[in-house]
Amino acid sequence: MLSRTADHVYWLGRYAERAENLARTLDVQYRLSLLPRKSTSEGVGWGLTLSTLSYADEYAARFGRDFETHRVIDFLAFDRENPSSILNCLRAARENARAVRGTISSEMWETFNSTWLEARGNAPNRFSARNVAEFVEWVKYRAHLARGVVLGSMLRDEGYHFMQMGTFLERADGVARLLRIRLACEATDNDGEPVTHDYLPWTVLLRALSAYEIFRRVSRDRVTPMHVVEFAAFRPDVPRSLLRSAELVFDNLAAVANTRSGETQRRAGVLHSMLRFGTLDTFGASGAEAFLQDVSARVWDLNDRIGRDFLGHTFPT
Amino acid sequence: MQPVVTPVAPFDEMYTADGQVRPPYSVYCDWLIREPEDELRQKRAEADSLFHRVGITFAVYGEQDGNERLIPFDIVPRILSAGEWRRLAAGLRQRVQALNAFIADIYHGQDILRAGVLGPEQVFCNDHYRPEMQGLDVPGGIYAHIAGIDVVRAGQGEFYVLEDNLRVPSGVSYMLEDRKMMMRLFPELFALNRVAPVEHYPDRLLENLASVAPAGVAAPVVVVLTPGAHNSAYFEHAFLAQQMGVELVEGQDLFVRGGFVYMRTTQGPQRVDVIYRRIDDDFLDPLVFRSDSALGVPGLMSAYRAGRVTIANAIGTGIADDKSIYPYVPDMVRFYLGEEPLLSNVPTRILRKPDDLAYTLAHLDELVVKEVHGAGGYGMLIGPTASQAEREDFRLRILAAPEKYIAQPTLALSTCPTFVEQGVAPRHIDLRPFVLSGKEITIVPGGLTRVALRAGSLVVNSSQGGGTKDTWVLED
Repeated sequence: MLSRTADHVYWLGRYAERAENLARTLDVQYRLSLLPRKSTSEGVGWGLTLSTLSYADEYAARFGRDFETHRVIDFLAFDRENPSSILNCLRAARENARAVRGTISSEMWETFNSTWLEARGNAPNRFSARNVAEFVEWVKYRAHLARGVVLGSMLRDEGYHFMQMGTFLERADGVARLLRIRLACEATDNDGEPVTHDYLPWTVLLRALSAYEIFRRVSRDRVTPMHVVEFAAFRPDVPRSLLRSAELVFDNLAAVANTRSGETQRRAGVLHSMLRFGTLDTFGASGAEAFLQDVSARVWDLNDRIGRDFLGHTFPT
Repeated sequence: MQPVVTPVAPFDEMYTADGQVRPPYSVYCDWLIREPEDELRQKRAEADSLFHRVGITFAVYGEQDGNERLIPFDIVPRILSAGEWRRLAAGLRQRVQALNAFIADIYHGQDILRAGVLGPEQVFCNDHYRPEMQGLDVPGGIYAHIAGIDVVRAGQGEFYVLEDNLRVPSGVSYMLEDRKMMMRLFPELFALNRVAPVEHYPDRLLENLASVAPAGVAAPVVVVLTPGAHNSAYFEHAFLAQQMGVELVEGQDLFVRGGFVYMRTTQGPQRVDVIYRRIDDDFLDPLVFRSDSALGVPGLMSAYRAGRVTIANAIGTGIADDKSIYPYVPDMVRFYLGEEPLLSNVPTRILRKPDDLAYTLAHLDELVVKEVHGAGGYGMLIGPTASQAEREDFRLRILAAPEKYIAQPTLALSTCPTFVEQGVAPRHIDLRPFVLSGKEITIVPGGLTRVALRAGSLVVNSSQGGGTKDTWVLED
C-alpha cells in the first residue's frame, strides 16, 4: 500500500475516534457541570478539562480565564478556529477519507462525507452549545454507524490495519485523558485527596464510556475512583479499556510488520504487557495520574515511530 | 455539407420539425408524458442529495470548507438509436486511428510534412510539440490511449466533430455516475428500453492500459497519477483508480531509481509499469519540463525514454488536438488510411491565412472565433450573441496575433428536452464519446452528453453553467 495512502487512512481512524472521544468527554463534564459541585461551580472543572486535553494555552490566548460552560463547550465542539474541535475532527476525518476515497469502500466515504455535511449543515442552529446533549448523541451515533460500515465493507488489507492502529492509539490516549481529567477534578474537590465516597461522577464517566452496565455486570466492586480506573485500564473484555486498545494496536501492527518495524513492535508489546499484567498495585493510589500520563506518552511515541516506519517519513530514495 | 447557421431552428433530438417523436425516443416519450411534474421535481432533488452524499463534485479553486460544487444532472436522457451509434462509432474509430498515426509520424519520419499536407512551422512552432519525443518508440505506436472526441449535431442531424481531446480528457466518471443515477431513480425505464450498458468502461480502460505496458512485463502494475485532492477533477481520478482497483498516486509517491519507476509503499519500493497520468505534460518531470513543478516525478522522462514505463496518454499528444491542427484531421484520414472521413469537421477558417482573416473580420457578427490554445469555453467569441464592444475588443486581439485564432460558423447545436425550472424545455447539447486505443480500439456505447442549461446558450462547459445527461444507445 502507498505510504501516503496508509498515512491518510491512519489519520482517518485517529480523527474519527478523536471526535467520538471528545464527545464522550464533553458528555461527562457537561453533565457534571449541571450539578452543584465545588470544582465545576468555580469553572475549575473546565479548566482542568482543557489542560488535560492540551488545549489550555490556545483557549487562554483567546478567552483568558473565562470558563463559562457554553464558551468552553463551543470551543471544544464547534469552534472553527480550534483545529481539534469536534467539528474540525469530523472535517479532518472527511478530508482524509476524501484523499483515499479510491482505496476505502464507497460506503465508508459516503458515511464520513455525509457526517461532515450534516454537522456543517446543522451547526450552529440545531447543533450548538445550548443543545450539546443532542449533538453528543448524534456524534456517537455517527461513530457507531461509521464503525459498522468499516466492519462491514472494508477490505481487510493493510489499510484496515492502519486505520485500526489510528483508531486504537487515539482511543487509548483519549480514555487515559478522560480518566486523568476526572482524577484531577477529584483531587481539587478534596484538597488533594483523591479518595472520595461520591460515586456519582464516576458513574457518569462509566456511562460516557458505554461501560456502566458492563461494570455492574462484571464487577462486584463499589464505584470508587480506583476501581473505575482499574476497570477502564486493565479489563481485557471492555471495548474502550486501555488494555483492549493496546492489544489491538499490537495485533494490527504485527499484521503489517516490515523490515524496519521491529523496535516499534517491541514498544507496542511493552505497552500491551504493562496493561495486560498491571494491577492497582502497579501505580498505587497516588500514582494513577502518573501511570495514565505514561500511557499517553507511549501512545505518542508509537505514533511517531509508525510514521517513520511505514508512513513515508524516512524513506531512502 | 455547410452546416446551418442560426437562427434557423436547430435539430431537436426528440421531436421532428412537425412535432413527431423520433423513433429512439418513442418509448421514453410515452412514459414522460404520463409522469407528473411533481414526481420529476422530487426525483431531481433526490439526485442532487445523492450526488452530494456520494461526493460527485468538482472542487472550486479557492473555496474552503469542502465546498465542492455539483455538476447539474438532468434527468431527461439523451437517446441514440443503434444505427446512429454504429455510424458515429465507425467515424470515431477512423478518426482516432488517423490521429494516432499522425502523432507517430510527426515524432518519426514526418511523411505528412514532406507531402505538404501541412506546413512544418505549424508543427514545430506549436507549443505542444515536444522535441523530447522525437524518435522515441512507444508500445504499439499508440500515443492517445484515451481520446475524448467532442461531437455535435447540426443541420438535419449530421454529426460534426467540434474538438479532439487527446491530452487528459475528463468526464467519463460522469458518464458512469449519470447512468448509475438514472438506474436508481427510474429503474422502470431500463425495463422498457434496451439500453446498451456502459458500466464495463473501467475494465476496458484497465485492459487497454495493460495492453500497452513495456514489452516483457507479465503482470503490469498500473497506477493513476493525480495532481491531488485539490484538483477540480480529483473525484474522477479517485473514481477511476478505485473502479480499476489500482493505486491513485501523486508525484511525491513515485521516484525513479536505476532507470525504473517505483512507488513508495508501506513495504518498501514497488515497480510501476504503466502510468495513467491526469497531469499535463508540463508538470510531469521537473528535470525536463517545468522545473517548478511539484506535481511531477524527477527522472520520469528518462525512464520513459528508456522504455521502462508507459505514460498514457503519451507525452506530446497535444500536437494533434490543437485547434490550429484540427482543420487538417480530414486530410490525415485520407493521408494515413486512404479513406474518406466518415465524420465531418466544422468548416474552419485559419486566421493565419490572409483570405480567411479578411473574411472573418468582415463577418464577426456571424462567426464563432476561438483561441487556438483556449479550453473550457474560455477565450472565445460567439459573434451573434456578443455585444458590439466585445466584437471590437476581439477584432483588436485577432489583428495583434491572427495565428492564435480560428473561426467557425455558429452551429445550431441540436437541442434535447431538458427538465428546467419552467418544466421540460429544449436545451443545446453536445456529446463526448471516449475512445480507447491499445492493442485494439474500444468505444463504450454513448459517452458524456453535456447540456447548456441556460435557454439559448451554446456553452456546455461545466465551468460555465453546463450540466450533464445520461446518454443512451439503444440496442437493436
